[in-house]
Amino acid sequence: MTTKYSYFPGCSLKGIGRAYEESLLPVFRALDVELEELEDWNCCGATAYMAVDEVKACVLASRNLAMAEKLGHKELLAPCSACYLVLNKTKHYLEDSPSVRGVIQKALAEVDMTYSGNTPVRHPLDVMINNVGLDAIKKRVVRPLTGLKVAPYYGCQIVRPYATFDDQHDPQTMDRLMEAIGCTVVHYPLKTRCCGASLTGTLPEPGLLCSKILLEEALKRGADVIATVCPLCQFNLDGYHHNIKKRWGDFRIPTVYFTQLMGLAFGLGERELGLHRGFIPMKPLPALAPAAVGT
Amino acid sequence: MDKPTNQNIRIGFYVCHCGSNIAAMVDCPAVAKYVETLPHVVLSRDYKYMCSDPGQELIQKDIAEHKLTRVVVASCSPLLHEHTFRGAVEAGGLNPFFFHMVNIREHDSWVHTDKAEATTKAKELAHAAIMRVAMHKALEVKRVPVHPDALVIGGGIAGIHAAMTLANAGKKVFLVEREPSIGGHMAKFDKTFPTLDCAACILTPKMSEAGSHPNITLLSYSEVTKLDGYVGNYTVTVKRKPRYIIEDKCTGCQECVANCVYKEAKFPDEFNEGLGKRKPVYIPFPQATPQVVVIDPKTCLNFRNGELTGKCKKSCVTACGEKQAIDFNQKETFLELKVGTVIVTTGFKAFDAKRMPQYGYGKFPNVFTALEIERLVNSSGPTGGHVVLRDGKTEPKSIGIIHCVGSRDKKTNRWCSRVCCMYSLKLAHLLKEHTGAEIYNFYIDMRTPGKGYEEFYDKLLEEGVHFIRGRVGEVTDWAMSKEEMEKGKLVIRVEDTLAGYVRRIPFDMVVLATGLEPQEDAQSIRRMLNMSCGTEGFFLERHPKLAPVSTFTEGIFLAGCCQGPRDIPDSVAQAGAAAEALVLIDKGYIEQEPNTAYILDDECCGCKSCIPLCPYTAITFDAAKKKAVINEALCKGCGTCVAGCPSGSIVQNLFDDEEIFSEIEGVLAHE
Repeated sequence: MTTKYSYFPGCSLKGIGRAYEESLLPVFRALDVELEELEDWNCCGATAYMAVDEVKACVLASRNLAMAEKLGHKELLAPCSACYLVLNKTKHYLEDSPSVRGVIQKALAEVDMTYSGNTPVRHPLDVMINNVGLDAIKKRVVRPLTGLKVAPYYGCQIVRPYATFDDQHDPQTMDRLMEAIGCTVVHYPLKTRCCGASLTGTLPEPGLLCSKILLEEALKRGADVIATVCPLCQFNLDGYHHNIKKRWGDFRIPTVYFTQLMGLAFGLGERELGLHRGFIPMKPLPALAPAAVGT
Repeated sequence: MDKPTNQNIRIGFYVCHCGSNIAAMVDCPAVAKYVETLPHVVLSRDYKYMCSDPGQELIQKDIAEHKLTRVVVASCSPLLHEHTFRGAVEAGGLNPFFFHMVNIREHDSWVHTDKAEATTKAKELAHAAIMRVAMHKALEVKRVPVHPDALVIGGGIAGIHAAMTLANAGKKVFLVEREPSIGGHMAKFDKTFPTLDCAACILTPKMSEAGSHPNITLLSYSEVTKLDGYVGNYTVTVKRKPRYIIEDKCTGCQECVANCVYKEAKFPDEFNEGLGKRKPVYIPFPQATPQVVVIDPKTCLNFRNGELTGKCKKSCVTACGEKQAIDFNQKETFLELKVGTVIVTTGFKAFDAKRMPQYGYGKFPNVFTALEIERLVNSSGPTGGHVVLRDGKTEPKSIGIIHCVGSRDKKTNRWCSRVCCMYSLKLAHLLKEHTGAEIYNFYIDMRTPGKGYEEFYDKLLEEGVHFIRGRVGEVTDWAMSKEEMEKGKLVIRVEDTLAGYVRRIPFDMVVLATGLEPQEDAQSIRRMLNMSCGTEGFFLERHPKLAPVSTFTEGIFLAGCCQGPRDIPDSVAQAGAAAEALVLIDKGYIEQEPNTAYILDDECCGCKSCIPLCPYTAITFDAAKKKAVINEALCKGCGTCVAGCPSGSIVQNLFDDEEIFSEIEGVLAHE
């Protein structure tokens, strides 16, 4: 039976992280999960607005929650880590702080909207493990990625400050998921360490150092590829190899979305999954059966 | 129980200031003035401390002078002083149940911030009490005899001490322990802080004394499964697990162990925290009490899935020879005991370090728990006191001890486990002595309140042990590239909050000072004994200060870590106190609150609907009379049956309809 979720892509999945959406949608389709994109969604506010004015940032984000509730599906899927965190944070404020709730409700009423707080915000990893289930995922695998060594990298925002569906310090969901599609998961102790986030754009030195540490350790642990859940992590780890090389030497390893690896295992084509968009191409692919074209 | 006529009801009312506890938020004189106007009230006073001797004497004097027949005191919680005032009323010549108490402290002054409203509330509550007390009937306190034998559940240091105290006073004691030997956690310790006494040297003589004491029946490898009966007269069912050894015949010679078909010990040894190995037939540790071996059917070749296979050549039986102590056909048996008092000393469980994956226990072999280190530094431990890494040979050159693992943390347990700072200091000292390694302690706060404890801390500082104030973020095997010293080591990442920066310190060995938790089955023990628990799951004492070893059930006492984390001296002191049971045994009876329920025989239609409602199984059915019967001794006065009876034929003393409805009228009367 098909399950339906409202879907909040956020700006990244339409821009810099479009490979995430390109792989997420067909993978969920293959798993009989239907995503209905919110109409007229707006910026979640990300980390930037939260840092300037938390209440206003919550107002901005709550408009998306209100729309999701109106759309009527029980839950809202937010794949981007920043969106996931901001929407959840907004929900917490709505539940725990009467004063913030007042401001939000007043603002929403101005545009004839309401939000009762009944729509949970879910992460794709959470849905895959806890709703779809590893068994259903294994059944869908047509070419297991046997031999591909993956460093699972979760980043910070899906486990901090709220650990909603996984352990805060040693998350396991992506590890299990990668094993289910045949990969070998390498022990990667830095799985929740900072990627440098927006520092790479503002204070490059410490920002790049963060990324370099992650890349170097993944290589040291023998990984072929880093799997991530976050568009900003993916961008930092994939997009700055040149700058890192100039400072500290070459740490060349591709960073892809976990959904791209799932897509490969499900038999989808590389282009279809946006794998051609990475700066560091994930090549050569492990000894896979020839990619089937189309789904 | 005649309904009192109006003429003979003369109520005296007293409102207590409780210093400023009540008077600061409730206008006491105004309350007294208001009550003065109510029907039947003969006198109404406010007074600074009603519970003081002069306060109590005032009540007695007034009863005589003003011919009072009822007394109401508005003060603190009845839990605190109901008993006191009932006593005063009785001393004044009235039935103690012609008294009622109003709680205007916990229920009023302490929880409100508006004086006018709090005063109104006090008036309303007082009005209710005046109306109610007019309806009170004289009741009689019943005495229930107490069986002279006692039961101690749990044979750790607290249980052993409690049992010995009772036994030395000439009482018969049953000491029940679920493991094959008594001794508990203390038996595993190497030394004790702050004196560095050898734990075994001070514990084991006590163990064997308890094991051989003529007044103590030691039931090891046994569990209490059921507690029936009522206050002072319990019937206890004890499950005796089969150890496949006839205890009376075994001399503890261990010939069977030496001759087991397994030539080498190969199964993880529970007593040594899995660091050592044992055979399927074993004695947990050299000084085990009783000195009786045990056969583990999970690993013994003669069993499979708990069933006898007979597949082993049973060289142990041959070795045992004519003693014939081995009996593979032993089954679980149940023993019934009659006791009057119970002392619960079920102890604690060490926090499972795997619940904090950031510290890597179970993932990195050289992360140890404190209990494992206790065994490693012990000369009778698995390595003979030689401290080595998990590989069994390398001596650590650097050791980091992380405090508060599973303590003082909202995500795991919020409480301070009290003993970890001190045992971490002790282990730091012992590890330094054994290995000469560089030792770091990572602490949040150093908590060393106890006789000689701070001095011990000072001594450690002088010994050159390092102390870093900061909660450790993680233990990782991630070595930063340029730091060659980190390669192959466990790196502790911590914010040094005194120096003000984040540090990475590499270690060969990491020790986790795990906290103390309630036992896993604490809840089932609690239900069985009808006790209460705090939110954290430790058993609740009747009063934290004034009745720290009693429970809310008369005759059931607590001691040791089942009531909350504490160290050995405190456990022993508390166990001695729990021998308060002696007072009860020597007194010979328990006084029972008369607020029990009874059946109006004429009205009971025998529908039996009350029987399953009673949480204390106090109601039975008299088949001959076709009526329900309430056993007064079992009834705790909860009132469930009263509310549930479809024909309204159950009445509860002190809570009959008249009394409750008058009280409601009273509380609603004030405008």
